[in-house]
Amino acid sequence: MTQRVYIFKGFERFWHWSQAGLIIFLMLTGFEIHGTHTLFGFEKAVYLHTNAAWTLVGLWIFAIFWHFTTGEWRHYIPTREKILTMAKYYSSGIFKHEPHPFKPSPVNKHNPLQRLTYLAILTLLSPLIWITGWLYLFYADWPAWGLGKLQLEWIATGHTIGAFLMLAFLISHLYLATTGHKITSQLKAMITGWEEVE
Amino acid sequence: MKIILTRLVVAVVLGAWLGLPAVASEAKSVKLTTTADHSKFKELDKAFSSGPEVTQTCLGCHTEAAGQIHRTKHWKWEYLNPDTKQTLGKKTILNNFCISIASNYASCTSCHVGYGWKDANFDFTSEKNVDCLVCHDTTGNYRKPPGLAGNVVTRDTEFPPGSGKIVKGIDLTQIAQKVGKTSRDTCGACHFYGGGGDAVKHGDLDSSMSAPEKSLDVHMDAVGLDFTCATCHKTSSHDVAGSRYTPTAKDTGGAHIPGKSDNGNPATCVACHGNGPHKKEARLNQHATKIACQTCHIPAFARGGIATKMTWDWSTAGQVDAEGKQITRKDDKGRIVYESRKGDFTLAENVIPEYAWFNGHIEYTLLTDKIEKSDQRIKINKLSGSPTDGKSLIWPLKVFRGSQPYDPVNKTLITPHTAGNDDTGFWKNLAWEKAIPPGMKDSGAPYSGKFEFIKTEMSWPITHMVAPKDKALGCVECHAKGGRLAGIQGVYMPARDANSLVDKAGWGIVLLTLIGVIGHAILRIVSRKH
Repeated sequence: MTQRVYIFKGFERFWHWSQAGLIIFLMLTGFEIHGTHTLFGFEKAVYLHTNAAWTLVGLWIFAIFWHFTTGEWRHYIPTREKILTMAKYYSSGIFKHEPHPFKPSPVNKHNPLQRLTYLAILTLLSPLIWITGWLYLFYADWPAWGLGKLQLEWIATGHTIGAFLMLAFLISHLYLATTGHKITSQLKAMITGWEEVE
Repeated sequence: MKIILTRLVVAVVLGAWLGLPAVASEAKSVKLTTTADHSKFKELDKAFSSGPEVTQTCLGCHTEAAGQIHRTKHWKWEYLNPDTKQTLGKKTILNNFCISIASNYASCTSCHVGYGWKDANFDFTSEKNVDCLVCHDTTGNYRKPPGLAGNVVTRDTEFPPGSGKIVKGIDLTQIAQKVGKTSRDTCGACHFYGGGGDAVKHGDLDSSMSAPEKSLDVHMDAVGLDFTCATCHKTSSHDVAGSRYTPTAKDTGGAHIPGKSDNGNPATCVACHGNGPHKKEARLNQHATKIACQTCHIPAFARGGIATKMTWDWSTAGQVDAEGKQITRKDDKGRIVYESRKGDFTLAENVIPEYAWFNGHIEYTLLTDKIEKSDQRIKINKLSGSPTDGKSLIWPLKVFRGSQPYDPVNKTLITPHTAGNDDTGFWKNLAWEKAIPPGMKDSGAPYSGKFEFIKTEMSWPITHMVAPKDKALGCVECHAKGGRLAGIQGVYMPARDANSLVDKAGWGIVLLTLIGVIGHAILRIVSRKH
């Protein structure tokens, strides 16, 4: 029996999709700055990357405000409950057409593995990218900030590591979005806010 | 309507006519750069038959001028480098163009700021032999023909004697009466033609800089800022600022401001523009802590349509035609690429410089230095620099490569006697055996009697032909694999550099993730069918 649950609110969906677009664009331009391709031309790529980064900063200011004022940040509190169940489902149950062990609800949107992954991104990957990115952006001001000893190579390498991890996340994230009740259930939920659950 | 128009025209014409006497009685509108009109001086209102005669007249008023000149490199052709303690200057150093002035004075000293330096016995204390006119001529008629030891010719003269070639005499009175400040043309009369011809030596100085367009030189733009050489190379007591022997590679002193005590070189970019000239992009000021202004703002040299020499192979000199006569060969553009008396050349326009870390410290390979022949080219001048010494910037260079005579027994370079209408000068006789001994003797250097050719190179930091800012280098010229700074160590340049381990691991993780999700998806599809 299929039910529909309202999971993702309007701002959340707007945040998700605009962030998705910006991150993909930042990867595209970022890998040009890294020297992987020459789609826009280096100078243009730097310009676009910088502006997309500032846009993302703006978006994050709103997103952080939203998470704290609405209490939505609680969705990233990790739990040990059902972690193994989830892992078992992805590694075997899903192939035997067993029912999804996690039922999303407005008070518990993410399954335990999602909680862990998103928390890791928020506390480890994002700071890596943001701190290195910020320093990269203000390269000219390092001496004034007392960071004259810092090497651009370290910052650039850290930023690149972040980019690779983000790309790996993006690939798995896109794929795992197909593992809902139906292949498109989670995609629909992220667009309309309503998710079909059993 | 027509009537009104006609009246208007009449009124204007009448007004203009009535106004004329009033204008004429006012101060001259001509913008004079001097308070003295030399054509009004009685002292100069006479015929001069030689350069020194003019100088003596100049010194009658400008009593200290000759003494000032005597202290300069322009006069002494000698310079003691305080850093390396090497005695340099044209009198001493060798290059890989015409090699050396020793025994070739009469030809080379047509660019000396004096008269009569024909051999090693020239009197450097002589005041009357200072040449005022070569720098202060404003007529463009002043000439110091090569071979006459810097002297001028006031009557049409056959030179070399018996050659049938006539050197036209110049009117020194007319030139002396019109002296003025130095100009691009006066400095250029020598500096554009260094190395034996227009554009040969420097690459960033040639006769196209006499009246350059903005695109060739944003400062010297003849219809724009119209800088002369002296605008940057400010003289003090006739001593011209700026040096090729002790260049200012990195100027951290900021813009020069009157009242601020400052002994810095006024000819650097920073001396006017300061250390943070990029107003919009702070990132570019950060670039300027590692990169000389010239690197981005002089995208190429020899941009004025005149090719500069890039290589010179003396070892092929001496070939003659079937009749035993000297030959020249030209390339498809009509440029001379071979001369019997000089050997093979290559020339180029719009040359992309080579780049190197440079801190202003230069050591020369002098005639007294022992050198070993090897696969490596001998560096005539060794430019020091490193990314970590705090004194270096990445500079654009013209690197001039050649092959020149070498004494394999004494292991020294050689100063051959090239110019001269005598029976040993190489340019006339094409015989090294004859040309080397008198040259080495004049240099006071031993010669074993054996000679070979040795490959050499000489670096010329590029600093002129500054392009307008919209023509400065784009980022991608260097921020790319195999870009202009491909060989430069010690800087991390996005798009050029990447940690290969991180790249391999990164793409590995991305690939594994992709394989993982594809595998998972296939399993799901397969299991669905069962």
